[in-house]
Amino acid sequence: MILAIAEQHDGVLSGVSWETVAGAQHLSAVAGGMPVKAVLLGPGCADAAGQLAQAAVDEVVTVEHAALAPYTPDAFTAALEQVVTALAPAFVVLPHTYQTRDFVPKLAARLDRPLVTDVVSLKGSDRGPLFTRLVFQGKIAADVLPEAASPCFVTLQVGAFRADAAARGMAAAPVRPVQVSIDPGAVRQRPEPPFREAKEAVDLSKAERIVAVGRGLGKPEHLPIAQRLAALLGAEIGASRPICDAGWLPLERQVGSSGQTVAPALYVALGISGAIQHAVGMKGAKVIVAVNKDADAPIFEIADYGIVGDLFEIVPAFAAELEK
Amino acid sequence: MKIAVCVKQVPTREGHPRLNESGTWISEQDAGFEMNEPDQYAVEASLRLREQHGGEVVVCAAGPARVSQAIREALARGADRAIHVEDDRLAGSDASAVAESLALAMRDEAFDLVLTGLQSDDQGFAQTGVILAERLGMPHATIVKDIQVSDGGLRVKRELEGGWFQWVAMPLPALVTIQSGINQVRYATLKGIMAAKKKEIRKVAAPATLAVRQRIVAMHTPEKAKATTIITGSPAEAARELVRRLREEARVI
Repeated sequence: MILAIAEQHDGVLSGVSWETVAGAQHLSAVAGGMPVKAVLLGPGCADAAGQLAQAAVDEVVTVEHAALAPYTPDAFTAALEQVVTALAPAFVVLPHTYQTRDFVPKLAARLDRPLVTDVVSLKGSDRGPLFTRLVFQGKIAADVLPEAASPCFVTLQVGAFRADAAARGMAAAPVRPVQVSIDPGAVRQRPEPPFREAKEAVDLSKAERIVAVGRGLGKPEHLPIAQRLAALLGAEIGASRPICDAGWLPLERQVGSSGQTVAPALYVALGISGAIQHAVGMKGAKVIVAVNKDADAPIFEIADYGIVGDLFEIVPAFAAELEK
Repeated sequence: MKIAVCVKQVPTREGHPRLNESGTWISEQDAGFEMNEPDQYAVEASLRLREQHGGEVVVCAAGPARVSQAIREALARGADRAIHVEDDRLAGSDASAVAESLALAMRDEAFDLVLTGLQSDDQGFAQTGVILAERLGMPHATIVKDIQVSDGGLRVKRELEGGWFQWVAMPLPALVTIQSGINQVRYATLKGIMAAKKKEIRKVAAPATLAVRQRIVAMHTPEKAKATTIITGSPAEAARELVRRLREEARVI
């Protein structure tokens, strides 16, 4: 049996939950048709469980303990340790989000089981399912075989499986609440309410065109080169993480897993290597143009058009051509 | 405050690793190595905490002999001493084997605070710190961008997704994984490099049986999601061709 652990926030099922179900269903097909069950955690998850029950799963298990809100790694680990032990699945599938990164390694370590993170695809083999993940900043793909006893924990890269690929059931799956015991005294983290640093003045997710800059820009004095191109294209300026870390552009311009997710008609990546953390935020763009001096940069794996060369020569030529 | 900072040595960001003969790991003799970038921010954070609160910074690393170079670099930046779990089997092993090896070597030191980078630039498991916290019996927080220490407690600013943050408090001892960009990293001075040569690096043996829970069975070029058209020629020629294709083929400008 495969457990798909979905995510909900304040009773709202998060979009990655359907991707997780789709991934679990694909794993089921690869592993010879194991049944799939879905799990939701947190008080007030009944509405979200009702939505999730539309999926073609055997059942939806809900865990509504008061100690599960707000989220803490200690409480989530304690709850899922009991659920996973009781249900004894072969695989536990989760989305690779900031939340699962926070508690799943702890859960897998406590149960002494493998955890394969940030999986982009999976396939069958004579030794069981193989999980493909990207290593060396996305330059190489590695096929990974879990060792040790089941269950094997697997987190799926956001976007690796399509939410609309999740098979829906003929009838709603049964929803079954299960009880767990969590000692509130054993939960050591005391979280405060989430907040945003600054009001986002720029909503890059609505931008039709984006010109984004990365490490290849070299220094902040070179920003006008990209800004001129952006002005000619009618594009917003975006950036990869190191540019915002260095303070060359405000955080609200950051594209990627810790910044904004964008899907413009045109995305021009200048001096961006295309590490996974950036790529997940922009690979939904309709047309991607990459300019990079490194012909082996992963950005060329996802680009529609690529120019290998010095951006300080190519970008002014690009701008001059647009001005003609 | 007694602070441990865990560092990993990884192939350089600029390099393109070649595969070894079995195709299950890279050819290490062809690779250049450097300290993992998020770990550099963790080292800097540990030095700043020592400057504020006093105490000691101990660099902890697990890996083959080459890792001593990354350890020396952290010592040159100002860490006080180091623990090196030295074993060739740890090159390319999984997060579980590394974390269990580190836990064994670190347990008796009774650290107040352990810092790690949030993930490594080589295998990118994003697991080692959290497993280590579990094995050391410490509470943890991940992807942290600010640290406040006061009377036996810790308050850290966690980065959430989509531009959200959250402060989380917990008792010490604790483990925190550090996000890149939390500070401006200092570089070693010549004086620091000289001083580092005299600092202690305690070598520890790895467990006889490593707690490996996953293995790479094959490595290959990532599958291309798209057919990329590479445009060649002089900058002017390439720019002309790009604009033509964006107008006539892709129709996005």
